[in-house]
Amino acid sequence: MNMSACGGISQHGLNIEREGLPELVGQYRQQGYRLLTMTGTDERQEHGEYALYWVLCSDKEHALVYLRTAIPLTDPSFPSVTSILPSANWYEREVKDLLGLEPVGHPDPRPLVLHGKPQAGIPPLLKDFPAIVRPTAVVHSGQPVSYEGDGVVEVPVGPIHAGIIEPGHFRFGTLGDVILHLDARLFYTHRGLEKKAEGMAVEEGLRLAERACGVCAASHGAAFSQAVESIAGASIPERAEWLRVLFLELERMYNHAGDIGNICAGVGFAFGAQHGARLKERLLQLNEQLSGHRYLRGVMVPGGVRVNPGETTLYHAAAVLGEWMNDFRQVIEIILLHDGTIDRMSGTGKLWYEDAVDMDVVGPAARASGISRDTRLGLPYGAYGKCAFNIPVYQNGDVMARFRVRIDEIEQSYRLIRQALEHMEAGESSIPLGPLEEGRWAIGCVESPRGDNVHWLMIGPDRRILRYRIRSASYANWPAVPLTVHGNIIPDFPLINKSFELCYACCDR
Amino acid sequence: MSLLRMLHKMLRTGIVTEVYSPSGSLAGEKDGSCAIDCRGEELRRRIGEVLGGSLHIRHLDSGSCNGCDWELTALLNPVYDIQRFGIDFVASPRHADMIIATGGITRNLAEAVEKTWEAAANPKILLAVGACAIDGGIFGESYAHYGGIGKLLPVCVLVPGCPPRPQALIDGILLAIDRLDAYRKGDTGEPQPSTV
Repeated sequence: MNMSACGGISQHGLNIEREGLPELVGQYRQQGYRLLTMTGTDERQEHGEYALYWVLCSDKEHALVYLRTAIPLTDPSFPSVTSILPSANWYEREVKDLLGLEPVGHPDPRPLVLHGKPQAGIPPLLKDFPAIVRPTAVVHSGQPVSYEGDGVVEVPVGPIHAGIIEPGHFRFGTLGDVILHLDARLFYTHRGLEKKAEGMAVEEGLRLAERACGVCAASHGAAFSQAVESIAGASIPERAEWLRVLFLELERMYNHAGDIGNICAGVGFAFGAQHGARLKERLLQLNEQLSGHRYLRGVMVPGGVRVNPGETTLYHAAAVLGEWMNDFRQVIEIILLHDGTIDRMSGTGKLWYEDAVDMDVVGPAARASGISRDTRLGLPYGAYGKCAFNIPVYQNGDVMARFRVRIDEIEQSYRLIRQALEHMEAGESSIPLGPLEEGRWAIGCVESPRGDNVHWLMIGPDRRILRYRIRSASYANWPAVPLTVHGNIIPDFPLINKSFELCYACCDR
Repeated sequence: MSLLRMLHKMLRTGIVTEVYSPSGSLAGEKDGSCAIDCRGEELRRRIGEVLGGSLHIRHLDSGSCNGCDWELTALLNPVYDIQRFGIDFVASPRHADMIIATGGITRNLAEAVEKTWEAAANPKILLAVGACAIDGGIFGESYAHYGGIGKLLPVCVLVPGCPPRPQALIDGILLAIDRLDAYRKGDTGEPQPSTV
């Protein structure tokens, strides 16, 4: 297979016949591997077939396994592995929607990404889908799910929600205030990012990567850049590695500070909400002073980092962060003394350890449910291998646990930033990349504030993108959210949702 | 006990409105720049003249990456504090004078976008915030993306940026109020697009 290496991690790849897929996946599952991403491709021009690329990983063994399954034109289907690997659910439905590859035996084969039939009668990610097709509105009629029973009420919410928030449709079955079941429907912000990327030069693809989501711009940019660097076989300069740590941790800090404020808003605790918002704003302005963009767009580039702050700037940034941390700790101390807030957060929205393991949940949501999983340690990249930091893990899996994980991670991010500033030496911040060989593909995997964002990239002729697949942390975690609401009251749903704070745009693309 | 600690922290933090200024140096000096303050006072005055003292805005995400959404949310934080000018974001389009749309209308959302606009009562005005809302941004036009709010709805003010900063959003709102004023006085016909 034409895959490219990321150093320090053991990798191997196999081609596997589609009939053997369930058994092999089952074996890896038993060894503790989780699904990192799965991409379907239309390789009819290159190899006369379709293909599925599965990437499995073991955080404990620091190992990656790549499986490629060829799918013949005459019978575009493959055996579904969802019953063995529950997290494969959405990936299989997505390849059916966008490429027309049928997962045989899938337990829930409803359309996922496209809410209506594909225009032009063929799935959009096929290479012969006409580029000039324009959208026609999808009329949402009929019920995907309905709830019946004595005293059972069906509560549909969205897609347009009451606050300044992204769109998604939630259909609750409730008994009084208590939620019996939730069916969540997303992909309202599906913009066709991956189709748009095809044929783009790598530099333009970077801009697209950064705009998959507003608040994961640095991690998406870094993951895309890592994939390109893997394909080019390039190592970025050491200063760039440390700068990436700085900006990625700044992104984590401002996101977590904002989430902490939002969770307080979810319980109606104005003190916490307003101070959280104030602290987040301080960091957004620091981002702008360091990089020129409040949300860190334009920072990452294949080959390194585009901005190279000088020593004085970094010195002042360190001082600002020191003050910020003191401010933050004072606010947190007060929030954790507030009985009403603690009461609302404790025991609410519990994600059980077993469910988190089954669904391959990532990020703070996993760490709050007892899973010690963080790709900065599991699949180390950049300068993280040279840093000392801890991964906070809590057992309860409730809103309180996800709250505490974020508080602890902010401390660790500050620790990482101090190490980055100490170790950074003078030097260039980026290098030009060499040739990108046609047909090569690689992944870039970066721990965003919500978990690992995995970018799968295949290069075609002339340094242009042939196939691009973003699997964000939100995509991995959204299927687990409906599992956490059973038995909770419906007014607690916004709180539970805020405790995950998953991006809809990252997921939908 | 926690109430005393809270009050103490509030007093110590003080008023932070516009203290943090992006044009300030990293040493944290308060340089007194009035980026928001001056425009804000004008905003308050115009809202008083045109709308009787309050402007209710409904946010409409038509398929954005959420960057513009977060900048709109930032308008409500203590630093920008848009509520002191009489502006608030409301939960329903039926309560709104102004609809601020982010994102370039995705295929899956078009139905909801049109319903939201129709639900708002006249007189109403529409702002398109961000590159995607203006012309689709980097997502352009595709099978899934209409390529701008203007493809389906009558946009009046365009605020460019990716995302536009809170100061630009305030400027956009000011311009929209002028347009609303002109439209209601019969000075102009249907509001025409204009860029901040």
